[in-house]
Amino acid sequence: MAMLEVTDLGISFGGLRAVDALNMSIEKGGLVGLIGPNGAGKTTVFNMLTGVYRPTDGGIRLDGQNLVGVNPQKISHMGVARTFQNIRLFSGMSVLDNVKVGFDYSVRYPLVDSFLHIGSYRKREREMDERAIDILKEFDLDRQYDYKASNLPYGKQRKLEIARALATNPKLLLLDEPAAGMNPQETGELMETIQHVRKKYGVTILLIEHDMKLVSGICEYIYVLNFGRELAKGKPADVLNNPEVITAYLGE
Amino acid sequence: MTFLSYLINGISLGSVYAIIALGYTMVYGIAKMLNFAHGDVIMVGAYVSFYATSLYGLPTWASVLVAAIVCTVLGVTIERLAYKPLRTAPSLAVLITAIGVSYFLQNAAQLAFGSSPIVFPSAVKFEGIRLFDGQLVISGITIVTVLACIVIMIALTLFINKTKMGRAMRAVSEDKGAAQLMGVNVNSTISMTFAIGSALAAIAGVLLCSAYPTLQPTTGSMPGIKAFTAAVFGGIGSIPGAMIGGLLLGVIQILGSAYISTQLSDAVVFAVLIVVLLVKPTGLMGKKMNEKV
Repeated sequence: MAMLEVTDLGISFGGLRAVDALNMSIEKGGLVGLIGPNGAGKTTVFNMLTGVYRPTDGGIRLDGQNLVGVNPQKISHMGVARTFQNIRLFSGMSVLDNVKVGFDYSVRYPLVDSFLHIGSYRKREREMDERAIDILKEFDLDRQYDYKASNLPYGKQRKLEIARALATNPKLLLLDEPAAGMNPQETGELMETIQHVRKKYGVTILLIEHDMKLVSGICEYIYVLNFGRELAKGKPADVLNNPEVITAYLGE
Repeated sequence: MTFLSYLINGISLGSVYAIIALGYTMVYGIAKMLNFAHGDVIMVGAYVSFYATSLYGLPTWASVLVAAIVCTVLGVTIERLAYKPLRTAPSLAVLITAIGVSYFLQNAAQLAFGSSPIVFPSAVKFEGIRLFDGQLVISGITIVTVLACIVIMIALTLFINKTKMGRAMRAVSEDKGAAQLMGVNVNSTISMTFAIGSALAAIAGVLLCSAYPTLQPTTGSMPGIKAFTAAVFGGIGSIPGAMIGGLLLGVIQILGSAYISTQLSDAVVFAVLIVVLLVKPTGLMGKKMNEKV
């Protein structure tokens, strides 16, 4: 059975059918792209996968477990993490603390220790620091660990979002336009980082992206959405040469 | 010398305001709501401590501890029952609910403890120190209040900046939705904020009534409003702001009543607030919010 099974997924906002009859199946360890013109419903799909929106119909299963109607925090504990199209870092906090927020669920110590700064407090905080630095190294952010997140350049903020998501120890990582606003060189580096992180952390990745170089470069499989419906799916080379897909992107 | 003693009284009163204002500012920063019932939690704390001592003969430190525990439970319960169901409601609905809770607490206290004022025995037995041949007296309660304020400020800053729960609080304060998607338990984080704020309110209640020894069901409301003013004055949401706002407010109030007019001292306080907000609308330490257009 596939790791993520999406069946006949649909959501309506009032009279607007934002996503309709979507089926997706992603195998463990896969790297899959979700593409489509602006307003096709891609981010809405992410919002349903993470519990931000409750689908009006259809089902979502992660390793056989139902995700529909489960709150975002629980879904995060079950192993789904994401980044955001418009960056949503904790901008007033340090780079290190942003990543450490991701450990909130997995690392625990008694509240009494927090007040008194004793016992497991020091040990756990040190462990978190070390693990956070390890993740930050992957994104070449470790030397800026004490920067305020909002003071990082734009491209680095996007990377920090991925680092923070990885800290929650996800099985499935959802990346919402990770290369938006990056120049070709930065995009190239990002592609390598995504590949590397996927291997090192054994994480399955679903990404939304408009940069076709990135999509065709790293994705093994692609779903194309248009007006909330599946327009095409398949291997990048086939999908990107599909006349319907080209029409949807470029118009008649 | 009289000026110096006024100043010390002001700092003492200001320290109490600051401790209360910390509760206001933390709840505002994290739950984005103004908890107008916060002042009345002070009153409950003072009553609990009073009865713990007078009925059960508990030593002072134990009565303060009991008051803090009762108020913590009270604060968390209020949040669960009254505010949590309104998490997604417009902020005006939450504000009016908070005012309702405030009246509820005052009336419940009237029912439970009666409306006539009682004399609150000072929690601090220590006489204080006399300086300059007795010209300047610093009372025991002043010393304890200022020390308590400093200790609380340092402990809270460390807690917020250095611990896991503090980190979760800052994350929720910045972006509740993103924090939840990173697995942070938003509800327990907000409960924790109310717990800390209410425990501080209990301590403030005992300190306040030790310095101004009458206690009645409305005792908390004026200091509550003053502390709210202090929080806004310092920049609501900012912890050092609450501290500085509280201290300045106490000093202004005491100096105003000493040198201008006792009747006008409250008016002076609020006049200063208006001026500060005209010049710096976000308060002294407030962060400027850039509205996205």
